Amino acid sequence: MGILDYANPTRVMRFSRVVKPWVAGLGALVLAIGLYMAFFTAPADYQQGETIRIMYLHVPMAWLGMFAYALMALSAFGTLVFKHPMADVSAKAMAPIGATFTAICLITGSLWGKPMWNTWWVWDARLTSVLILFLVYLGIIALWQAIEEPIKAGKVTAIITLIGAINLPIIKFSVDWWYTLHQPASVFRLDGPTIYPAMLYPLLICAVGFSLIFFWLHLMAMDNELKRRRVRALQMRAARRAAPESTALPAGQTA
Amino acid sequence: MVGGGHVVTAQPFRSLIARDVRLAIRVGGGALVGTLFFLAVIVTVPFGIGPDLNLLSRIGPAIMWIAALLATLIGLERLFQSDKDDGALDLLRLTDAPVSVFVIAKVIAHWLGASLPLVIATPLLSLLLALEPRAILALTATLAVGTPALSFLGAVGAALAVTLRRGALLMAVIILPFSIPVLIFGVAATRAAIVEPDPFWPPFALLVATSLIYAVVGTLGAAATIKINDG
Amino acid sequence: MVWTETVVELGGLALARGGRALAADLDLTAQGGDAVVLVGPNGSGKTSLLRVLAGLAEPASGDLRVAVAGAEADTPRSALVHLAGHQDGLKAALTVRQNLIFWQSYYGYEDGLPVEDALARLGVGHVMDLPAAVLSQGQKRRVALARLLVAPRPVWLLDEPTAALDVASTERFIILVEDHRRKGGIVIAATHMPLGLADLITLDLASFPPDGADGLSAPMDEESYWLAGATS
Repeated sequence: MGILDYANPTRVMRFSRVVKPWVAGLGALVLAIGLYMAFFTAPADYQQGETIRIMYLHVPMAWLGMFAYALMALSAFGTLVFKHPMADVSAKAMAPIGATFTAICLITGSLWGKPMWNTWWVWDARLTSVLILFLVYLGIIALWQAIEEPIKAGKVTAIITLIGAINLPIIKFSVDWWYTLHQPASVFRLDGPTIYPAMLYPLLICAVGFSLIFFWLHLMAMDNELKRRRVRALQMRAARRAAPESTALPAGQTA
Repeated sequence: MVGGGHVVTAQPFRSLIARDVRLAIRVGGGALVGTLFFLAVIVTVPFGIGPDLNLLSRIGPAIMWIAALLATLIGLERLFQSDKDDGALDLLRLTDAPVSVFVIAKVIAHWLGASLPLVIATPLLSLLLALEPRAILALTATLAVGTPALSFLGAVGAALAVTLRRGALLMAVIILPFSIPVLIFGVAATRAAIVEPDPFWPPFALLVATSLIYAVVGTLGAAATIKINDG
Repeated sequence: MVWTETVVELGGLALARGGRALAADLDLTAQGGDAVVLVGPNGSGKTSLLRVLAGLAEPASGDLRVAVAGAEADTPRSALVHLAGHQDGLKAALTVRQNLIFWQSYYGYEDGLPVEDALARLGVGHVMDLPAAVLSQGQKRRVALARLLVAPRPVWLLDEPTAALDVASTERFIILVEDHRRKGGIVIAATHMPLGLADLITLDLASFPPDGADGLSAPMDEESYWLAGATS
């Protein structure tokens, strides 16, 4: 526990305490406008009817699910190259949020597809790629939790996250290729013709609103992670207190 | 209360189950990783077979049974290993109950922490393979009664792993052939629920019987293997 | 908790591990209040003897009896002894209290010494609600020794009990050992270090070599030539 470990997180927590309510408030406002437009002013689709409104939830979740991975990879880069203590806090906080947004994307996709495909799931190239992204998220979360010592966990997970960042485009490409290879009949594609402006604007506003909520969640998760590490540091100090023979051991050795 | 004069009660049994379940489901306990492995296998198989939903729904029960088999056996490797590593395995044997009692407690705890989540996740994951509601019901039921057989069988392998100090691979080689009957009856019962003329109950009853037999054989085998440990 | 007629008896006991004979013709009678120190070079069978006494392994031959008044004759010796070995048997993810409560209830002594008191007597009361993962080696060892107090059993088998302890902790532990002896318990300890206990019985395993002076000079019978000889 060097001075750097305490100094930076303190500043980050002070910053996030100030910023959080603004991000949350603005996010709620933008989202309220976006969802109002999505449900009341945007037209129903001539082919899909009212189910098109799932899009305003589904598409931002897909974007943010992928965006979260990009941010996580960026944080992982920060962990490995700059060894910045906040980088792995950011990466760890991001993983469950990214996984949740990806899961919501999968669930809404399934609900949206049911009336069209008459089944809850098809091995469509896009859906399948998102499913694999979800699996990668879950694996990374499990890896975070499997390693007790935060610094070591940060490094190991950063390596895997970056391998994932390089691998995901390859997976995406191979899945697309696999899908065209099999040429299944009678499956609608979700990306139909170009989208009407009456649908595009609500979608963009929803996306901005969800993004703000996303950042708010990330700030809160970073707070939690910092507190979790603080608890661990305090526990280790509490164990050393009034135990003279153990002060000779460096802090990391008891882990 | 004097020394070992107290009667054998269910209390030690219950407290060991409670401790192991708590260790398994806590953050980082690794029980849910088994369910994640189950999901990963199910997601991977269609890439080898193709996205044809008709085909997948026909072979889906078999895919899910094989995934459950692998997830259970791989997860069981460490059944006794963590207690061996920190010395608790010896201390757990310091009771007046036979070794097989603590083997049963450990297997039950492992089933609750690792296999039950897998059974609960089955209906949801079945949707990926386009299974019919009847097939989902049958598959979940067969997994619920069939996975205990795999757990008890895996306990023998786990005991071998601590005694021989060899990894999961050797264990899988030894245990996989013994799990074939479970697979046969489990998949047969599920198929019967899809293909109408085949009867569901005979293979299902055989599956239950296999679980009961393996519970006895696996417990005794694992207990005997652990005792060899000290030579 | 007071025990009477506690006894540990070895009659012509022979030890072997992995097909290799370690010691033979061990004789010992220990009664309530006795403390036995096992000495001997590495590999002379100290740990093996403790494991045999605990019921974790069987002797190669000979008689062995562990008994206490009130225990039924067929009570296995594993239910009468505590073993404190090199490993602490603590789960890093659980708190110290959860760890000890588990052992108390697993061994079936809900009315044993409360966990708080046991930890306080070993000088580690302040770590009770911390996860075992954050403890130092010495603290873990003391928590492991607190197990002997929360579930009272008449015979303590100790394998290098003070290895990770400093002087002050060792002194605390010796007080507990003397206390246990006064209550009619037996302590059998393998150690390289002088424990500072009074009235010790010393059992030097080096003076009970298997098959003669160095264990190798005696002629082998056919069975041990083929079976034991191959692995040693």
